Amino acid sequence: MSEPLIQLRGVTKRYGAGAAELMALKGIDLDIHAGEFIAIMGPSGSGKSTAMNILGCLDTPSAGQYLFKGAHVESLSRDQRARLRRRFLGFVFQGFNLLARTSAQENVELPLLYRGDSASARREAATRALKSVGLGGWEHHTPAELSGGQQQRVAIARAIVTEPAVVLADEPTGNLDTQRSHEIMGLLLALNRDHGITVLMVTHEPDMAAYARRMVHFVDGLIAKDVANPHPVTAAPADVAPAETV
Amino acid sequence: MLYSVFMLALRSVQRNMLRSFLTILGIVIGVSAVITMVTLGNGATQAIEMQITSLGTNLLLVSPGQRQPGGGGGGGGGVPQFTEADADAIQSQIGGVAAVAPQGRASVTVVANGRNWATSVTGSSNEWFETGNWKLSRGRIFDADEQRAGAAVCIIGETVRREIYGGTAGQTGLGEQLRVKQFSCDVIGILASKGQGGMGDQDDTVVVPLHTLQRRVTGTRKVSTLAVSMAQGSDSTPLKASLRQLLRERRKLAEGDDDNFNIFDTQQLVETLSSTMGVLTTLLGAVAAVSLLVGGIGIMNIMLVSVTERTREIGLRLAVGALENEVLLQFLIEAVVLSALGGLVGIAIATGASYGLSGLMGVPYTFDASINLLALVFSAFIGVVFGYFPARRAARMDPIEALRHE
Repeated sequence: MSEPLIQLRGVTKRYGAGAAELMALKGIDLDIHAGEFIAIMGPSGSGKSTAMNILGCLDTPSAGQYLFKGAHVESLSRDQRARLRRRFLGFVFQGFNLLARTSAQENVELPLLYRGDSASARREAATRALKSVGLGGWEHHTPAELSGGQQQRVAIARAIVTEPAVVLADEPTGNLDTQRSHEIMGLLLALNRDHGITVLMVTHEPDMAAYARRMVHFVDGLIAKDVANPHPVTAAPADVAPAETV
Repeated sequence: MLYSVFMLALRSVQRNMLRSFLTILGIVIGVSAVITMVTLGNGATQAIEMQITSLGTNLLLVSPGQRQPGGGGGGGGGVPQFTEADADAIQSQIGGVAAVAPQGRASVTVVANGRNWATSVTGSSNEWFETGNWKLSRGRIFDADEQRAGAAVCIIGETVRREIYGGTAGQTGLGEQLRVKQFSCDVIGILASKGQGGMGDQDDTVVVPLHTLQRRVTGTRKVSTLAVSMAQGSDSTPLKASLRQLLRERRKLAEGDDDNFNIFDTQQLVETLSSTMGVLTTLLGAVAAVSLLVGGIGIMNIMLVSVTERTREIGLRLAVGALENEVLLQFLIEAVVLSALGGLVGIAIATGASYGLSGLMGVPYTFDASINLLALVFSAFIGVVFGYFPARRAARMDPIEALRHE
């Protein structure tokens, strides 16, 4: 087996100090290989969000090692982590986090802007990304003119426009109805399958987790269960019937 | 990158039109106040200089009487008046004098053409035109016979001409008869207008030969003022000293007696007034600059609100890989764009306001590029200073916290 894309070794995260000290992560080990589709599950307060933040290089572990493509990233500075994010990582949030009063096109171009791409390169890449999430022709609509599902598609386009190695999705379907949720899952599935993008997804919903090929359960700051999904969902049922669950 | 950040800032300003406008209002008012004050101040200084210059350059006005603040004529009760002989003595005995005009003045009502007009009549020699910087728009000055004999001839100012004869400037009045007090005179010339100003309407006068005034109006041989114009380039200090010495001798003042006459130097007045106006202009500008400062604080306020309001946006930018400096720069540029925009709008308003107000105040309008440039640069500078704190706050946000912000 090739070297994992991501390796966590004994990662802990401590918040506060003294009596108020809280151990959000109590030493976790996790290997993630390129091309995996992982659902991260667990009750709230189990440490899964903290783990996602550390995996997304938004936060640093209090102790332990984080190797990304074999390189240590646990002690990088803020700006170094920002550079790593803009190069390798894409984010999808529960609340979409699109810029208001800004066209879909410009929202998708945002990460490219910080990468220093030229205006024409940005436009081309953004148009392509929007097309790949099924929003060709919607480039000039602002978030207010788009439905929730469409907004999340724009957010996904923004996450993949930089052609990242990993897309981290934090409850991407949390704000959507069942049908839209399955559409979004279909998109993430396609990204993973057709483009080989590693997808890490936090979710509460077993229906959505069922798309992943591996499920990691967090309980009380530790990984309680890390199992392969023997029968992952391979196509969104939204194509078949709306509001129907698997 | 800088260009993109600049465009980002512009977009953000454009997206919040109303708020951007309210934000820059303080700067707009500050900049326009500073520029208007300074422009009007400069205009007023210029106006005063022009008026004093129109009295005659390098002019010394000698009048009898004790020293009076502000100079000016008017003989005191027991003080001896000047005579024509004094004028001749100054002309012949003091070097560097270009012309000496002995003059007398009286208030009269002139009547002609079925109208009357209260004005003043000045009696003097032809030197008066030189010392007073007067030109004729039509007609001629007095000839030697008329001066010696005190002939009934007069030259009228533009205001008198307009009030008595009407019609277009300089086109009427010449050759007409004008009744001055008890006698009628022929109008032989029209003075070119010097215009209205803070020193009173200089065009509101009638000029007659000195002898005419003495014999037909005042009935004395006295002269109220001697106007002495200095030759181009001569130094006024030694000239004034010798003039004073000569007059003391002629008026038989003993050593230790006070002067019983005044020498009033127009050049000195110009300098004094100009420097006073300069101080006033600076003061007005400084007061107006305080409002610029207040405008800057307004920008800081709104930028802080904007940073708080856009916490999630900042979190997102950081998450997708914006560096600390890039976020800092974005907000800083936004503040600078706002304040510079305020500066530009302020300049536009100030240009209109100072143009209009200078018209109302009767002072000349001059566009001073340096104060406009200074105001623009200063307002951008205010953007940097007051935008830095909010921008730093944005740049140092924790992306996780920021993304979670409601």
